[in-house]
Amino acid sequence: MAGSIKELSKEEYLLKGHGACAGCSLAISLRLLFKALGNKIVMVVPACCTSVIPGPYPYTSLAVPVQNMLFEATGATASGVVAAFHRRGIKDVTVVGWAGDGGTVDIGIQALSGAAERGTDFIYICYDNEAYGNTGMQRSGATPYGAWTTTTPTGKKERKKDTPFIMAAHRIPYIATACSSYPIDFINKLRKAKEIEGTKYIHILAPCPTGWRYDTSKTVEIGRLAVQTGMWVLFEIENGKFKFNPPSNRLIDKAKRRPVKEYLTLQGRFRNLTEDDIERIQKWVDEDWERYCKLASNQYV
Amino acid sequence: MSIAPKTCKEMPVTTLSIPTVGSMGKTGSWRTFRPVVDYSKCTRCTLCWIYCPDGAITRQEDDSPKIDYDYCKGCGICSNECPVKAITMEREGE
Amino acid sequence: MAQTVIDTANHIAAYAAKAARAQVVAAYPITPQTSIVERIAELVESGEMDAEYIRVESEHSAMSACIGAAAGGVRTFTATSSHGLVLMHEALHWASGSRLPITMSVVNRALGPGWNIWADFTDSMSQRDTGWIQFYCADNQEVFDTIIQAYKLCENERVLLPAMVCLEAFTLSHTYMPVKIPDQEKIDEFLPPYKPKWFLDVNNPFSHANLVSPEWYMEFRYMMQEAMENAKQLIPEIGKECGKYFGFEHGGLIDKYKCEDADLILLTMGTIGREAKIAVDNLRKEGFKVGTARVRVFRPFPKEEIRKLAENTQMFAIIDRGISFGMEGFLAEEIKASLYNHEDRPLIAGFVAGLGGRDVTFKTIEKIARKSSEWMQAGKVEKETLWVDLRE
Repeated sequence: MAGSIKELSKEEYLLKGHGACAGCSLAISLRLLFKALGNKIVMVVPACCTSVIPGPYPYTSLAVPVQNMLFEATGATASGVVAAFHRRGIKDVTVVGWAGDGGTVDIGIQALSGAAERGTDFIYICYDNEAYGNTGMQRSGATPYGAWTTTTPTGKKERKKDTPFIMAAHRIPYIATACSSYPIDFINKLRKAKEIEGTKYIHILAPCPTGWRYDTSKTVEIGRLAVQTGMWVLFEIENGKFKFNPPSNRLIDKAKRRPVKEYLTLQGRFRNLTEDDIERIQKWVDEDWERYCKLASNQYV
Repeated sequence: MSIAPKTCKEMPVTTLSIPTVGSMGKTGSWRTFRPVVDYSKCTRCTLCWIYCPDGAITRQEDDSPKIDYDYCKGCGICSNECPVKAITMEREGE
Repeated sequence: MAQTVIDTANHIAAYAAKAARAQVVAAYPITPQTSIVERIAELVESGEMDAEYIRVESEHSAMSACIGAAAGGVRTFTATSSHGLVLMHEALHWASGSRLPITMSVVNRALGPGWNIWADFTDSMSQRDTGWIQFYCADNQEVFDTIIQAYKLCENERVLLPAMVCLEAFTLSHTYMPVKIPDQEKIDEFLPPYKPKWFLDVNNPFSHANLVSPEWYMEFRYMMQEAMENAKQLIPEIGKECGKYFGFEHGGLIDKYKCEDADLILLTMGTIGREAKIAVDNLRKEGFKVGTARVRVFRPFPKEEIRKLAENTQMFAIIDRGISFGMEGFLAEEIKASLYNHEDRPLIAGFVAGLGGRDVTFKTIEKIARKSSEWMQAGKVEKETLWVDLRE
């Protein structure tokens, strides 16, 4: 496991000159993925920002084998790759499903659920920018309450799906949340996942300056605020045991969490929120934390 | 960019793409502000390197950053995250 | 020694997948295909078949898993029917565009609503533009042989396209017939292990199916069209080779019967082709100069052979077990299109028959032939498409 950034490899497998927007956190997460797992991985990538960022034929900026695939089919396709490698006796290659929130929590949830139920030996990573970013920011099942998107011009009326817990219901051996603002946490989770047999699910919050309407320089800061306000919680569920990870483990006391308002008001997508809305969101966050704390103390989901 | 085929006969049967630096061109041209490092302030913490979405910052032998302006899109994350404010954003062309 | 088994076409399809040494099977149940994948499950679990079996949660996932497995470098098999095939539609395009030689048996069944589980070609025929090679079988032996041949064809460097081996619901799928299964050694000799043209390889990393701009897209499509044309050449050759090895030939692109001197040719597909042979024999006894041609391969469509067939005959009667709404039967459409630039075109009448599993027996076909013969003598087709036995 990595203790500090300086221990990480200087090798890059997301090559310079890719097409991600300036300040894209997904691009940071991709670099971290490769820092964690190296290049002995095969990626299955459905329609999402990552199917565009690497650029067009005959070039790509991803220096590992990638199977681009249909929007809803990541879990199934990865199952096929895993089966083929098993047949061929290839044991030292990790299969990674890498999908956005739309491709995970909406259109791809069936194939993901099927793959998890079958215990497919792969790591599935959902990078969640809380909307369909590639098509220009439409609402997804992962868009939070109140957020502007192009299909919720006055703000979303419903709450975000709790996908890590949907995955927990599959009783897979490893589930974790992460955010590119906490690179060592993410890398260690990936390395841990690699050593576990079966389906591993990691859900990353992926701040998106283009869609969330904040300055490109604030990507890491926004991710940090998401965690510090408790809107995004870093945890892992290993064989059913729930555990907070730093720094979320230091935020169990409500007083230590910054008000959600600090996170919300930095982003243009929450411009339409009223004071009542903000209060409602704060209440929901506090309730979620009560639930998580109960899970952490009972240790079982 | 010399690997591009010219006709069907030189093409693979399906869209197989080769890892290449600059698949989307010299993305440094997207930039309006350029990060400038004050090496006298830099503490070699490497935070700017790990947080750069574009891999446009190289970690040098002494762990100080070297910015590749051909590909830096000028997002400013490095400047925002630098704990000692050693990186400033300067408008291009000034 | 080759052995003769008496079994249903579905079970025979399962034995063919085993004989072809399919390495990964991904499948989902649907009536009346289910007994194919059930039998494969039994074969895999008993250890008789050495394959990975992925029990997916939908047909879309079945095809996606086959794509993943084929991209991982192994020989794959799946089977489906009707709504399952239609659900796969998107992935069918992805498989062919990826140039992965996946083989799938399709049990032709009607589409709803309402629920109808009986024979109809509309399911696979409405997939004709997906870039898949399509074979249509008339008996259980042909199902076995065609699956083996499909792998040989699809894995050929000049083809590299996926194939459907189609068989009709119940008329074949659940009907017992004797089938000769050759020795495995012979099959292995005919069909050597799969050597993928490309696969996901960490030692040679590339991205498959990323963005492709207008600058390149057309060329990739052109290459698929070329591959289809190559398949058209190879299918009769492989059919002959298979015949030499295993004893059966099924007619290449078109299985022709008593067409040489026929004034009227009945064009059919699938099991209707078998009934048509009986009808032809009966009508010949009455003095009708009639023959029948069963189109075995719908994609690539045997345009040239259709033109040859048209040269010495006065009339085509085309029987379609499917309908392209707003136009006509699929086969009739394709045959007419094939003949447009042909001088001396025969008269053509289209007959839609047997939808949703309605019986098409030799008697039905004799009726069609007599009606066609009337029109032929009058020199005029009264109705371009006639729905047979319709309660009008």
